[in-house]
Amino acid sequence: MRLLIRGGRIIDPANSADDTGDLLVVDDRIAAISFEEGRTGSWNADTILDAGGCIVCPGFVDLHCHLREPGQEEKEDIASGTAAAARGGFTTVCAMANTKPVADSLSTVNYILQAAAERGSVRVRPIAAITRGLGGSELTEMGELARAGVVGFSDDGKPVANSLVMRHALEYSRLVARPIIQHSEDPDLAQGGVMNEGAVSSRLGLKGMPAAAEVAMVARDLALAELTGGWLHVAHVSAAESVELIRRAKQKGIHVTAEVTPHHLVLTEEWVAGERGRWERGFPYDTNTKVNPPLRTAADTRALIEGLRDGTIDAIATDHAPHASSDKECEYGYAAFGISGFETALGLLMELVRQGELDLGLMVDRLTIGPARAFGVSAGSLSVGATADVTIFDLDREWVVEAREMASKGKNTPLLGLDLRGKVVATLVAGHPVYVADGYRAREISPLEAI
Amino acid sequence: MNRKHVLDLDDFTADEINLVFENADAMKEILSRPIKRVPTLRGLTVVNMFYEASTRTRVSFELAAKNLSADVVNITSSGSSVVKGESLVDTIITLQALGADAIVIRHPEAGAPYLVARHLRGSVVNAGDGCHAHPTQALLDSYTIRERFGFVSGLKVVIVGDILHSRVARSNVWCLSKLGAEVVLVGPPTLLPPTGNGQSSRLGLPPVQQSYDLDSVLPGADVIMALRLQKERQQSGLLPSMREYVQLYQINRTRLSKANPRVLLMHPGPINEGIELAPDVAYGPQSVVADQVTNGVAIRMSLLYLLLGERGGGA
Repeated sequence: MRLLIRGGRIIDPANSADDTGDLLVVDDRIAAISFEEGRTGSWNADTILDAGGCIVCPGFVDLHCHLREPGQEEKEDIASGTAAAARGGFTTVCAMANTKPVADSLSTVNYILQAAAERGSVRVRPIAAITRGLGGSELTEMGELARAGVVGFSDDGKPVANSLVMRHALEYSRLVARPIIQHSEDPDLAQGGVMNEGAVSSRLGLKGMPAAAEVAMVARDLALAELTGGWLHVAHVSAAESVELIRRAKQKGIHVTAEVTPHHLVLTEEWVAGERGRWERGFPYDTNTKVNPPLRTAADTRALIEGLRDGTIDAIATDHAPHASSDKECEYGYAAFGISGFETALGLLMELVRQGELDLGLMVDRLTIGPARAFGVSAGSLSVGATADVTIFDLDREWVVEAREMASKGKNTPLLGLDLRGKVVATLVAGHPVYVADGYRAREISPLEAI
Repeated sequence: MNRKHVLDLDDFTADEINLVFENADAMKEILSRPIKRVPTLRGLTVVNMFYEASTRTRVSFELAAKNLSADVVNITSSGSSVVKGESLVDTIITLQALGADAIVIRHPEAGAPYLVARHLRGSVVNAGDGCHAHPTQALLDSYTIRERFGFVSGLKVVIVGDILHSRVARSNVWCLSKLGAEVVLVGPPTLLPPTGNGQSSRLGLPPVQQSYDLDSVLPGADVIMALRLQKERQQSGLLPSMREYVQLYQINRTRLSKANPRVLLMHPGPINEGIELAPDVAYGPQSVVADQVTNGVAIRMSLLYLLLGERGGGA
């Protein structure tokens, strides 16, 4: 099987490439790449994908998502979650451990790996829990779990509050060479909060979670990472001061990596009040804006973007957190935390690219080689010989976020009904198309006549 | 009045508020008659949904609707399917199907009336939602002030107590600001809205003065509004002790004497006598607490009339 992806703008930050060219995939590998016009006429191919006007880049790597299987299949399962990932251009996704049962044992991790092999559209790399049952006290068998193939450890959804337990986890991260992924939140400071603490929470009468709840935990964990020499990964950074702390820690040589979500980069607390930036006003108390960490202020988004630019933040991760409609169709205080994020990630990030806040190449970097390097995952490049995980997207394609179009079971996004510009049109995993947008297949893929 | 719901006062204009007051004047006249009933809302059904305990607000809304000849149905959380785990949305869809023309809702969660408004074809009146808003209370408060002074603009209104958790305070800040009063919020730092970095926003509450020192803001006060202090605030660590709170923030005769001689003392009720108000001032000569209750019926009649009047069978 020989597939020629022709005429696209190939952006491959791992190889410092950004030019119009052709990409040849043979079976599951990148076989050749050329930026010379006309040269590829001599390449034989069974299929040509015309990528003219589109970006061709490595498949996106998501360090943080919730696939909900096993145990909460009413919210999402591995089949629907990875189908949504494919629609979003993600070819490798790291699945969080807060399933039911918790992914804290070999048997659950093996179940996830097997289910992903059977039913997954994209590569699933499990993350195991730091503590048994996410209980915050006893470490999981990290050595054994690492050998089974987990990419990291996290109690995500909950912080590891106990400093001594966190110290031990970070010490063990040296043994297993995997990151300890912290959901950074001081549980007492954030207790009962449902949105960012500030002017908007005061007006709406909703209990706030102060940015300091995150910042305090990031500061503690950086001190513990320095003490232990362990590897800390700060999940979903949301506050400006956290970025500054991580920046200084990296300068000091502390082993820390970090990620930020598209929603924390683009949306603010004003969305909870129904103010939605360039889009028309929505209604206040939309439970789809309820997410942890909460949407913060415009000043925070600016600091997060700056952190992404200067490398303080290594990766963009979705924190895809699907929920059933009954989890969200209720009072704000009772609603579940989380945003379904795979399918809108690119469209949302393109807002920043079009505003000139984020360079297109940098965005691709932080979706591909950035996360791959952060976790030491072999992915995220179009190097010749690499596995052919490829994403093709159209910068200008306009579309409207519709629940019925989403592959995820979780329709919980505050972007429902809103227009986005920029859409993935095809996703390949190991050279095999796992998603092709409507209209793209019919128009663009055709068997090649012999040349 | 060109609106379907009363969810908050943030989107009211001063003109709209004054329209509510002018109608309330007419309603007060009705309330002074031997037979306090007009047929304005005959044939319409008003459902009072109270998901939190309430006597005065619930009875006030019930009387207001009955005085206008509406049919009134009361739902309380203990006597309804709420305890069976039925969702608010399901309940609203059911009430819609049963023919509710308006829903008056009191709910422990901020924003619940907005959820109701999205699922009901009829009108929604917020009777208090979590820490967010209590628009009819604020309207009756300003109406009571206007009744005594003849105007609201330019008056200095000191609101003292647990501002942070108070929907009454929030709605009063909106209402009084729109009417041109000078509002001062007073309480201990743990019970005032956070004022740390980045707290100002065009989407915040209107900017008003805040103070921790009650005695320093009393001179010149035309109105003192004391708020109910929930006992659990001490249990959750927001107050060192009730005893100290009383020393610092209780309205007593000495403190009243520091304000303007004509000062009005208000309280949304129910009063914790001996905590936020000293017993001898709670119903003393400065107190208009009873007027607030009476005016509450007139204000709620006015609002129901303005929202539903054109649809009623007895206009």
